[in-house]
Amino acid sequence: MTCDVVIVGAGPAGLAAAIRLRQRAPELQVIVVEKGAETGAHVLSGVVMDPVGLDALLPGWRDEEDRPLRQEVVEDRFAFLTRERAFSVPEMLFPARLGNRGCFVGSLGEVTRYLAGRAEGLGVEIYTGFAATEILYDETGRVVGIATGDMGIGKDGQPTASFTPGMELRARYTLFAEGARGSLSKQVIARNGLDRDSGFQKYGIGIKEVWEVAPGKCHPGLIRHTVGWPLDRHTGGGSFVYHGADHLVTVGFVVHLDYANPTLSPFDEFQRFKTHPSMRDLLAGGRRVAYGARALTEGGWQAVPRVAFPGGALIGCAAGFMNVARIKGSHNAILSGMQAADAIVAEPDLAEPRSYEAGWRMSAIGRDLYPVRNVKPLWSRFGLAGLALGGLDMWAHALAGGGSVLGTLRHRKADHASLRPRAEVTPIAYPNPDGVLTFDRLSSVYLSGVNHEENQPCHLRLADPLLPIRENLPRFGEPARLYCPAGVYEVAVAADGAASFVINAQNCVHCKTCDIKDPAQNITWTPPEGGGGPSYANM
Amino acid sequence: MKTILVPVKMVLDSNARPRVRTDESGIDLSGMRMSINPFCEIAVEEALRLKEAGLAEEVVVVSIGPAKAQETLRQALAMGADRATLIEIDETVEPLAVAKLLRAVVGEEQPDLVLLGKQAIDDDCNQTGQMLAALLGWPQATFASAVRFEDGRLLVTREIDAGLQRLSLPLPAVVTTDLRLNEPRHCALPNIMKARKKPLKIGAPADYGVDIGRRLKILAVRPPAGRKSGIRVATASELVGDLRAAGIV
Repeated sequence: MTCDVVIVGAGPAGLAAAIRLRQRAPELQVIVVEKGAETGAHVLSGVVMDPVGLDALLPGWRDEEDRPLRQEVVEDRFAFLTRERAFSVPEMLFPARLGNRGCFVGSLGEVTRYLAGRAEGLGVEIYTGFAATEILYDETGRVVGIATGDMGIGKDGQPTASFTPGMELRARYTLFAEGARGSLSKQVIARNGLDRDSGFQKYGIGIKEVWEVAPGKCHPGLIRHTVGWPLDRHTGGGSFVYHGADHLVTVGFVVHLDYANPTLSPFDEFQRFKTHPSMRDLLAGGRRVAYGARALTEGGWQAVPRVAFPGGALIGCAAGFMNVARIKGSHNAILSGMQAADAIVAEPDLAEPRSYEAGWRMSAIGRDLYPVRNVKPLWSRFGLAGLALGGLDMWAHALAGGGSVLGTLRHRKADHASLRPRAEVTPIAYPNPDGVLTFDRLSSVYLSGVNHEENQPCHLRLADPLLPIRENLPRFGEPARLYCPAGVYEVAVAADGAASFVINAQNCVHCKTCDIKDPAQNITWTPPEGGGGPSYANM
Repeated sequence: MKTILVPVKMVLDSNARPRVRTDESGIDLSGMRMSINPFCEIAVEEALRLKEAGLAEEVVVVSIGPAKAQETLRQALAMGADRATLIEIDETVEPLAVAKLLRAVVGEEQPDLVLLGKQAIDDDCNQTGQMLAALLGWPQATFASAVRFEDGRLLVTREIDAGLQRLSLPLPAVVTTDLRLNEPRHCALPNIMKARKKPLKIGAPADYGVDIGRRLKILAVRPPAGRKSGIRVATASELVGDLRAAGIV
């Protein structure tokens, strides 16, 4: 079937684009396909949201009865952790752009569902439970739409009794809004060489739990970020704790995926973080009610590829508009969806949405990303000292009126290339979970509500099925076992000592970390049968 | 048969992890993934198979629930049902009130068969079908694992503790579905698109003149007690010793 614009992914970027398209050109047929069973089911973010995007997209949202963001940030803390202590950095020392005043504590899932309601009210068609699995090209190489995956294919690759074929959705423009490391975005970037000048994208993995804390411990609107313990000085990352309504506190941890020690486990770093005295206090007497994980882009300004290509554009985190210093991206996701929509409406007959490509660096998105562009490269190069340098660079930027003595630092290597051999590092030993404050992967994954049709081909494809045991295991101890936050990958050892690589694909929470971090780039994440994956409620 | 009526219920998805409200008043459903009750989905599938076999002319689905339950009805329409009715109400409706509302819908639609799930996976009541049959004075066959229609009579196989029981019923009748009756189809995207244009009528309980006042009082809703962690024993005799100590053997 044919429509005007097809959008892959019903997250903030995709829905903002859809809304803007119908606001500006109500005659356009706009179709959104979403692999999650429901809008928001695969959306996960902190989230402290900068409302600049919503303000631009739906002015007046603040006065609406069903507005998705209600709790403004009232207290903004930042601390450096050691094993026992927390050293606060006063808010007045934050570079101006890093403050969270005026931002909202909320749930991106809720924002997404709100946007979906508005989009449908404007006549956008959203089809959930359908994964776009293939990009359609015409003979000139222009993207002309996508195809959704077949349903009812068995483990053996043969159709089962419930086989239902996928469908081609052809469109004048296709927008990829798949989030960080989208499976189709990755293909379209490679095929069109969109990253030729932008170099490496950088990533992190964010792991999040929602806790219902004991009465009196939740202070709605209080947020705290930390760096330092339990990560070592050379590993980038940190924690976030956001107090919301109803005694619910979001506790999360980000580890930059350019970590070097293959025995590092982001999941276990997060669990260990919760044992810090300041966290024990907060969580004692509470209970964990939700769990999830998602990769995020960290490359920023200099890592954003060309965002327009013949027949469409990348928007949101698929393009990499995350601001790593502010650990925020959904505002830019919304703005980028709007800009792409504006370009399509303004220049309907061009080969590609050119004004979006030409305009974003000069727009609010560019103004958000440019001043912080050196934070991530400095952090990667010099660890925590680099982060401090990044802060100083931002101060210099603010005081000198926009310049940096450093220019724009480039990212030196891809995240998968940063691991050192196991023999060269000190292995990290993690404490066993106590089942109260800290947990194992399986009980965590259970809380994500993950489910996949069991009888289907494995959606985590290995280019070389023997490589994990032949190369990754001896050299790195097969880090997939550790970086996967959902216990998908295991190395099983038989009675005769023979090791085999096991993929529990049904546990996959669609975070895409394996696709990013596998040192041999041997794992490709592909969309499983539509509707599979986590069932996040308000993540 | 002319019309098969299939009541469907929107429930918390079986993969969602419910959170019990701290005040023990119930489950917090905000943001939770909702789905068609699996037994209802099986009922829709069976009705469609009867229709596709030329044994019925029309499949009508009805749901009683919040506005969001339109999505559940749209799913049934995408599977192949012809028309839908939503009786919109935000509060929980007890099985007896549901059965009375359905009796009113039966009066309106005059179906030859009401095919519905044996129970909903949220409250597990397993009452509505039976109550409806009693209110209508119709024959009923519950827990159907096979349904055939021959010579104007329904032949229903029921799964019971002792094995399989076969019933023959005259029409009109009420049949409730068990898990093994069939495997529901996937909804293809083109059918979902078409389903958006199928008729969906929205009414209110008052339109049917039914008192839906509550007769039951929920005292408290609590999550099941957590399981204690197990211990590993080295030998069988140690195990027997522990079991004895616990008073189990």
